[in-house]
Amino acid sequence: MSTIADIQNEIVAEFEILGEDRESTIFYIMELGGNLEPYPESFRKDEYTIQGCQSKVWLVAEEEGGKVIYKADSNTDITKGLISLLIRVLNQRSPKEILEADLDFIPRIGMGNILGSQRSNGLASMMNQMKRYALAFQTKQNA
Amino acid sequence: MSIQVNAIRSLFPILHQEVNGYPLIYFDNAATTQKPQVVLDALTQYYEKDNSNIHRGAHTLADRATHKYEETRESVRALIGARESAEVIFTRGTTESINLVAKTFGSKFIQKGDEILISTLEHHSNIVPWQMLCEQTGAILKVIPITDAGELVMEEFEKLLSSKTKLISIVHASNALGTINPAKKIIDAAHAVGAKVLLDGAQSASHLEVDVQELDCDFFVFSAHKLYGPTGLGVLYGKRELLEAMPPFLGGGEMIREVTFEKTTYNTIPFKFEAGTPSIAEVIAFKPALDFITSTGKTNIHLHENDLLQYAAELLQDVKGIIPVGTAAEKIAVYSFTIKGMHPFDVGQLLDAKGIAVRTGHHCTQPLMHRLGLEGTVRASFAIYNTRAEVEVFAQALAKIASLKNK
Repeated sequence: MSTIADIQNEIVAEFEILGEDRESTIFYIMELGGNLEPYPESFRKDEYTIQGCQSKVWLVAEEEGGKVIYKADSNTDITKGLISLLIRVLNQRSPKEILEADLDFIPRIGMGNILGSQRSNGLASMMNQMKRYALAFQTKQNA
Repeated sequence: MSIQVNAIRSLFPILHQEVNGYPLIYFDNAATTQKPQVVLDALTQYYEKDNSNIHRGAHTLADRATHKYEETRESVRALIGARESAEVIFTRGTTESINLVAKTFGSKFIQKGDEILISTLEHHSNIVPWQMLCEQTGAILKVIPITDAGELVMEEFEKLLSSKTKLISIVHASNALGTINPAKKIIDAAHAVGAKVLLDGAQSASHLEVDVQELDCDFFVFSAHKLYGPTGLGVLYGKRELLEAMPPFLGGGEMIREVTFEKTTYNTIPFKFEAGTPSIAEVIAFKPALDFITSTGKTNIHLHENDLLQYAAELLQDVKGIIPVGTAAEKIAVYSFTIKGMHPFDVGQLLDAKGIAVRTGHHCTQPLMHRLGLEGTVRASFAIYNTRAEVEVFAQALAKIASLKNK
């Protein structure tokens, strides 16, 4: 099975095809957002929103057979696209893999520049929250 | 006289750059305007030649700086048609001007049970200071409703107005929608019941002819940075008799006549309200911005910007998915809209990818957005240096973006 690093390399290669045009990159990200699995409505509550995001983001995770499964949603399409990439990288991994992951694909696909500081902070909060879920599951596994 | 927009553009160095590989189109003028070279030169020249503290120093540089500082006060007086320059107080911005009135006029004239009127169109800076004052005094804040087009419901305003109304603090032109409020009518009606009126001119001062004597408003506030001037500088105009009756805002140097440990007497206006060393460089550099506005002519500015607004509305009216927000009959050049199925942030980001700067979000008017049932809008706001060609590029970019979700 491919590693987190492999998937990140795959994503970087996909974005390289788009070239440096910002508009195409954003259009592609928005399109990816459309592929996100429907978010379970019972988790669309304030306690599942991520603080520090300008757009609304809901994130929830569960553990199945030692692997973490994330579900997330946002009210903006660009954010949804970014979430779909994060989920593609981190879904179905063990908490240990997630906690050790070096998530570097965002700057590598040129999104760091496009996002600006506000959205980048939001993205960082999102990654932190995903790792926090992994940590919680790991703690439970080790207990 | 029509304006030569290319000649005007050449005065603004910042406009001549590429952003993300495209020529910058700056349509965020309601947030802040760009500065002409003369303003930048005045800032530099002040620090290179004249820097010194004003009103006190007994030397040539201090005299020069003081003289220039007071020249700007006179230019502001002329711009808004005040009776005398002593009625012009320099603050840090519109927000501080409103807070100053809320604190000082408020502590002297507002009591428990008194009513303060604002409108649904207000910016947070014209809501929160009054909420704070109401909390402190037990006064009551009342809100004039608007129509779906974004205009005040004047019949409701008249119903809200009573002998209990002590102050109406209202926006002259809405930052989020562009609506121009019928200021004169409001002021006359307020005075008929003995209430005072603060007119928030943050958006109107650069676009509309303002004559505070003709309007007869009691206070008029605005920020220099929205009039092609430096940031960190605002104006509070107030009628002399009110400013004299109000207690000082901040205590410190400059605002005093004599200080002993037993008792301090205060300086006359405007100095009573200008404690500490003010933004000297910014005040001095504001004058060339005011000269630029005066020489261009407010009427020309308004006509040019209005032409751009009409043109944008015309080009975008048939674009599928674009929903204009704020359709008042009288507007400054603000084009606010949403796109069906898209979040304003995403629209803003896509426009930025094409070098087009707009504002997205609630524009610091959350209650207004709530009233309109919106989370936010995309706002393009025009200034004297914008062109029809820019509006065309903007409209083309928007048509492409809107087509993503509106086939």
